[in-house]
Amino acid sequence: MPLHWRTDAPFAGAGPFLPHGLGRSYGDECLNDGGVLIRTRSLDRFIALDEDRALLTCEAGVTLSEILKLVEPLGFGLPVVPGTKLVTVGGAIANDVHGKNHHRAGTFGAHVEELELLRSTGERIVCSRASHAPLFAATVGGLGLTGVIVSATIRLRRQPSPRVDAETLAIRDLREFFDLSLESDARFEYTVAWIDCLARGRHLGRGILHRGNPAQEIPPPPRSSRRLAVPFELPVSPLNGFTVRAFNAAYYLRHRLSGGTRRVPRDPFFFPLDGVDRWNRIYGRAGFFQFQCQLPPGAAEPGLREILSTVAAAGEGSFLAVLKNFGEATSPGLLSFPREGSTVALDFPNRGSRTLRLFERLHAAVREHGGRIYPAKDALMPADQFQTQHRRELPAFRAQLDPAFSSSLWRRVNPGE
Amino acid sequence: MAQAVVRRVASAGGEVMLVARDPEKLRHVGDDARVRGAKIADLLQADLDLVGGHAALLDRAFAALGTVDVVLIAQGVLAAPEDCERDPALAERVLVTNMVGAALLAQAAALRLAAQGSGTLVGISSVAGDRVRGSNYQYGAAKAGFSAFLEGLRCRMSGRGIRVVTVKPGFVDSPMTAHLAKGPLWASPDAVAGVILRAAERGRDVVYAPGYWRLIMLAVRALPRWLLIKLRL
Ligand SMILES: Cc1cc2nc3c(=O)[nH]c(=O)nc-3n(C[C@H](O)[C@H](O)[C@H](O)COP(=O)(O)OP(=O)(O)OC[C@H]3O[C@@H](n4cnc5c(N)ncnc54)[C@H](O)[C@@H]3O)c2cc1C
Ligand SMILES: NC(=O)c1ccc[n+]([C@@H]2O[C@H](COP(=O)([O-])OP(=O)(O)OC[C@H]3O[C@@H](n4cnc5c(N)ncnc54)[C@H](OP(=O)(O)O)[C@@H]3O)[C@@H](O)[C@H]2O)c1
Repeated sequence: MPLHWRTDAPFAGAGPFLPHGLGRSYGDECLNDGGVLIRTRSLDRFIALDEDRALLTCEAGVTLSEILKLVEPLGFGLPVVPGTKLVTVGGAIANDVHGKNHHRAGTFGAHVEELELLRSTGERIVCSRASHAPLFAATVGGLGLTGVIVSATIRLRRQPSPRVDAETLAIRDLREFFDLSLESDARFEYTVAWIDCLARGRHLGRGILHRGNPAQEIPPPPRSSRRLAVPFELPVSPLNGFTVRAFNAAYYLRHRLSGGTRRVPRDPFFFPLDGVDRWNRIYGRAGFFQFQCQLPPGAAEPGLREILSTVAAAGEGSFLAVLKNFGEATSPGLLSFPREGSTVALDFPNRGSRTLRLFERLHAAVREHGGRIYPAKDALMPADQFQTQHRRELPAFRAQLDPAFSSSLWRRVNPGE
Repeated sequence: MAQAVVRRVASAGGEVMLVARDPEKLRHVGDDARVRGAKIADLLQADLDLVGGHAALLDRAFAALGTVDVVLIAQGVLAAPEDCERDPALAERVLVTNMVGAALLAQAAALRLAAQGSGTLVGISSVAGDRVRGSNYQYGAAKAGFSAFLEGLRCRMSGRGIRVVTVKPGFVDSPMTAHLAKGPLWASPDAVAGVILRAAERGRDVVYAPGYWRLIMLAVRALPRWLLIKLRL
């Protein structure tokens, strides 16, 4: 069911309803088995741009890519971007997404001034921190369950150039990740580490750290880039132990050798996978599972050690393993994922029950260390783990739910509802 | 489709005047165009089926814009044949909006452009008008009529410094077709907007959008009638 105009009323039939952006979430939170998906991508109009106050108002189906294209030539940027620019504003709010500058800027939702929500009753509610605050807090990071976000006002960041002065450093082990992150977070707007999941023992946590600051320059005129595409699904995954090992070693070496600061364009720094159309196809037909968790500051090092050694021991090579420290900013949403501590994201080709058993061990490790799992990337977390990790916020969240809305994820973590 | 055209014009910093029937949608498209860089000469709410209003509307457009480079006629209504059979008022709307209203607006606009001595009139018809079938006969007949009208208007206006362009889109993923299942032949409004603007600038006077529909319609026009009937197309 596509929504073309923000005046449309999309609630025909019994539902349950769930808004859908670009489907860039990895798990079942953007699915609604047996229900109705309300497609918001055609709500792609800008509404107002106030350059003096750095405020942009747009419809919720506008993508972050479209925003950057509009505002960068005017000397603005988005304060927070996730690892892909091909997501909608509605999706970015509903997952309260984070980027490489979480330690400075907090989450995407922290820069949302107000939003307009369409409820299944047909009611349209403009909410912000000042007006309908409980509904605002439930909607930011609210997994699409409080209604359809039809438009939002976002605070932009003044930034002369979209390019980044970036450095890449080798990390020998997990201890060094924490030391380098601490030092880098103080001096750099962007930090993120890439970890070689196959390194074990004293090499555990070996990897590289990218860090950077916005380039202070008058930017060169943009060039259009050609995209590489993976044109079909490979029948079997080429990501077997060997290829992943080789890939990881090469990546590690390449980055260890290229030291120093380089001025790099926006896309390879922030959105490396966007350059490859349908990159997910390299995992083959069976697809893959993502895993991303957060661990509180005290438990981060032992927790990560346990998670990384579990992954290394399982030999289910991860293609992407991303490590980052979250800052202390309080997220604006009740269910927002980011909290002070560390976060790690991994993905695994789906190899059936072996993969499921590995996830059970990972989930147990997160639970034991008082951590939380990111619903945007989850398809397997047990119901009671969701209930436990959000136990403090769930009563207030439930009070704001739109009763006609639900998702496959919500039904999975609330069996019997 | 008109919105997609306006966006392309906006990104190039062009000046536009927009006409629509629904004041809310008019404002939404106008705001979007303004943020994307368009200069908005005027926004005008009008029901284009009311052909008596066309003259005043064109007066206002030519006054607001000064010289007009392109007039784009993009209104349209699609309805299933069975709904039109049940409801003659709906059938009338399909015929009037797609044919009578569009044709009379085209006529009036072409005369203004001719008086100005320059400019291009672009009318959006449809491949549906190239071969009218049982599954869309009210809409198809109206579009066939509009295409034929533009054909004649083009001859009539020759030598007067203006062009009359007919655009025939195939399947386009727009609000009009929101209820239909999409397949590989479907194009985006933006792709069609590219064809429209290129055609407005130069080239053929009758264009298909995307271009491969010229071949498809060549084949469809050649189908014998008994086959169309048999296939219930
Ligand atoms: C390559 C890649 C890298 C990524 N990197 C990061 C990262 O660094 N940090 C991070 O936080 N995330 C990251 N993600 C996850 C991604 O940012 C989120 O999943 C994002 O929410 C997807 O947006 P979408 O528009 O595709 O929404 P969808 O996936 O379609 O929907 C996501 C959720 O938002 C809801 N929703 C969508 N639109 C609306 C609306 N208009 N109103 C109300 N609810 C709505 C849906 O119901 C659903 O619950 C990454 C994803 C990919 C593919
Ligand atoms: N989509 C396709 O597959 C396709 C294929 C071939 C040709 N076409 C033609 O392309 C043109 C553009 O259509 P589209 O696909 O962009 O669909 P669309 O979004 O529905 O555009 C048609 C527009 O015409 C407006 N309109 C209808 N009656 C009107 C009237 N009496 N006065 C003023 N405005 C009126 C509608 O306004 P409201 O929104 O207020 O109803 C609507 O905005 C139409 O002529 C259509 O017939 C479309």
